[in-house]
Amino acid sequence: MDFALSSDVVEFRDEIRSIIREFVTPEIADRMHTTGVFDAPELNLELGRRGILERACPGLGKGDPIEMYVMFNELEKAGAPYDGLAVALMIAAVVNKLGTDEQKERIIPSIISGEALVCMGYSEADFGSDLASIKTRAVKDGDEWVINGSKMWTTLAQVAEWLILLTRTDLDLPKHKGLTMFMLPMNTPGITVEPVHTLGTEITNATWYDDVRVGDEAVLGDENGGWRTMTTVLAFERGVMGGTNAGVPLLRHFHEWAVANGVFNEPTTRERMARSIIDMQVATLLTMRSAWIAASGGMPGLEGSMTKVFAVEAYQRASRWTQATAGPAGLLQFHEEGAAGEGFVEYDARHSPVMSIYGGTTEINRNNIAERHLGLPKSR
Amino acid sequence: MSVDLGLSPDQESIAELFNGFFSNEAPPAVARAAEPLGFDRELWNKVIELGAPGMGCAVENGGGGASLGDLVVVAETVGRSIAPIPLIDHLAALSVLTESDLVAGEAIAAVAVRPADANGIWSLVPAGAVADVVIGVDGDETVVVRSTPPMSGPLNHGSMPLADRSAREGTRTVLGPASLFEVVLDRWKLLTAAALVGIAEAAKELGVAYVKDREQFGVPVGSFQAVQHGLADLPVAIDGGRLLTHKAAWALDNVTDGLIDWANNEITDGPTLATMAFLFAADGAVMATDRSLHYHGGYGFAEEYDIQMYYRRARGWSLILGDSTSVGLSLADRLFGTVEG
Ligand SMILES: Cc1cc2nc3c(=O)[nH]c(=O)nc-3n(C[C@H](O)[C@H](O)[C@H](O)COP(=O)(O)OP(=O)(O)OC[C@H]3O[C@@H](n4cnc5c(N)ncnc54)[C@H](O)[C@@H]3O)c2cc1C
Repeated sequence: MDFALSSDVVEFRDEIRSIIREFVTPEIADRMHTTGVFDAPELNLELGRRGILERACPGLGKGDPIEMYVMFNELEKAGAPYDGLAVALMIAAVVNKLGTDEQKERIIPSIISGEALVCMGYSEADFGSDLASIKTRAVKDGDEWVINGSKMWTTLAQVAEWLILLTRTDLDLPKHKGLTMFMLPMNTPGITVEPVHTLGTEITNATWYDDVRVGDEAVLGDENGGWRTMTTVLAFERGVMGGTNAGVPLLRHFHEWAVANGVFNEPTTRERMARSIIDMQVATLLTMRSAWIAASGGMPGLEGSMTKVFAVEAYQRASRWTQATAGPAGLLQFHEEGAAGEGFVEYDARHSPVMSIYGGTTEINRNNIAERHLGLPKSR
Repeated sequence: MSVDLGLSPDQESIAELFNGFFSNEAPPAVARAAEPLGFDRELWNKVIELGAPGMGCAVENGGGGASLGDLVVVAETVGRSIAPIPLIDHLAALSVLTESDLVAGEAIAAVAVRPADANGIWSLVPAGAVADVVIGVDGDETVVVRSTPPMSGPLNHGSMPLADRSAREGTRTVLGPASLFEVVLDRWKLLTAAALVGIAEAAKELGVAYVKDREQFGVPVGSFQAVQHGLADLPVAIDGGRLLTHKAAWALDNVTDGLIDWANNEITDGPTLATMAFLFAADGAVMATDRSLHYHGGYGFAEEYDIQMYYRRARGWSLILGDSTSVGLSLADRLFGTVEG
């Protein structure tokens, strides 16, 4: 095996690092916690201006999955707000693959310039893991589609230009078959956005659709082919767009605090820290493997599930022991005097629970591994 | 140079050759028959015919010139089959020993993984019961001692050929300062890590096969989600351990002045990675054998079933280096520097 990045990728990584040094300031990291929006427009614009978003987008530029992994891994390790960027790039790739020429021209430039964000309306109040059962309806009315229903957890809807929306278009077909995906501007009349505050300061949204009217130009992929579009979205995510090394900045913050407070020499702390560092290496190697499989033409769906299960629990373990070790200082929030890790220890203890929930829960991933890797019979 | 996380075609052949060899010549019944000593001379003789003992030695010394990545592939097959031969120890010792009878495998070498005590005794040397040559640290020197193996040792959890050996009696050669031994110990940790990944893999396969076959309530027990989820963690730990072990081998083979930049998760220092792989693979093997044994129900606890042999070796092969806290703290010293005062 070879674990060295090629010289091209090293150059790419160094460019990303220099952009991070310039654009991911403590103020920007701080802003995500006050606004509840995990996105940095100035960073996106710079990446767009330098052509990096186009280069990274699968099917458009170089689209090298190894570079994609490197870019998001660097952003994640630096503690940058990158969620908005990840969603936008992923959807740009889907539009590029499944969209009409007209859609590509209309949508993609706004994303790869770093200007426009996308929000994803898949989950509903009553359907999360069982996504194929969603009820939001789109009904044909002459040349138009009329959309009615509501979505839950539409993260970034308060700032996004675009919405990718999963709807039911045929009640008679089996649940996976009667779905259609739409891609429409967020300023289309009939859309209402209401904030949903979370434990981890991120503000997501409930969204309502009341007689939202769009034409065929908003259908992304085939009519009643929404599940295939959904699968394409997941295929582009591949588990290489961050979310697997969140413990790295936490360990760094915790260490700084523990050294400064003279508590880092405790053997128990040193051992726990060493073990979390092993976990972080393993998590990044598993992520790199997905990228490598994708770069070799494979589809690392199952590997993505495996990586997520491991990486998320590793991060949760780290957030648990760092807070417990910090004692009362681990309770203090950002900007409070004496807060462990400048408040990150407390913050990560609040943030880490979401990682085993969104984008497919740990249980759904374990089902996937049991059935597809171990060949065990479907349970449920 | 660019990321490639697959085995090379050569390594694929090595894996096929050794997996084939061990499944023919060393099914679990062979390990069982070799208990409690944990050594089968006949099997060792057959491994000699494969050229395995000197595989990692330089070609000019009569060896096979294999890379550490290749040896990792072999070590995993040893773990998978729990073959009762000290190939891991021998391959590790031969990172610095070049005598022709060792390269040929006519004599067996062991690694004293902990330094000798004040009386010059290396306690509980893995493969110490059967090795003709032991390499280890005595005081501030790395020494090699040739003496007659006792061919017996204390009864132990992993049915391993352990024995105390003298660092001073027998034909003793001083190889150099104690630091010279680090290369040997790094390789021992690396190959043991790979063997532990192999144990975990075998435990996973035994468990999955069992739960597909065993029925309760009219269905295979493997259709129960609680059982599925317990087993779903195993391939993750196995793949993670395998990748980390191969990364350590790659770094030991290719990287000088590697990074130990844990704060940015950039670690390319071979010895650091070898210890990381050892700790991670040890945990993985313990978890895999725990769960696999458990999902066998009562039969997992029966001596007649093979999983118990893997369960004991998963613990034995890793614990022999020292308690996991000490190993973890030695890693902490590498990562953060030692604690002053
Ligand atoms: C902060 C946040 C942001 C999000 N952002 C978005 C977004 O932008 N767009 C979007 O569409 N969605 C988003 N989501 C939704 C997210 O994807 C869902 O929460 C997730 O898929 C789980 O669905 P659910 O919440 O309905 O839980 P449920 O599906 O109701 O699950 C409840 C529990 O039951 C378990 N469970 C369910 N089914 C099974 C099964 N078959 N086997 C075993 N256990 C099972 C689950 O693992 C879970 O523990 C977001 C969620 C959060 C919390």
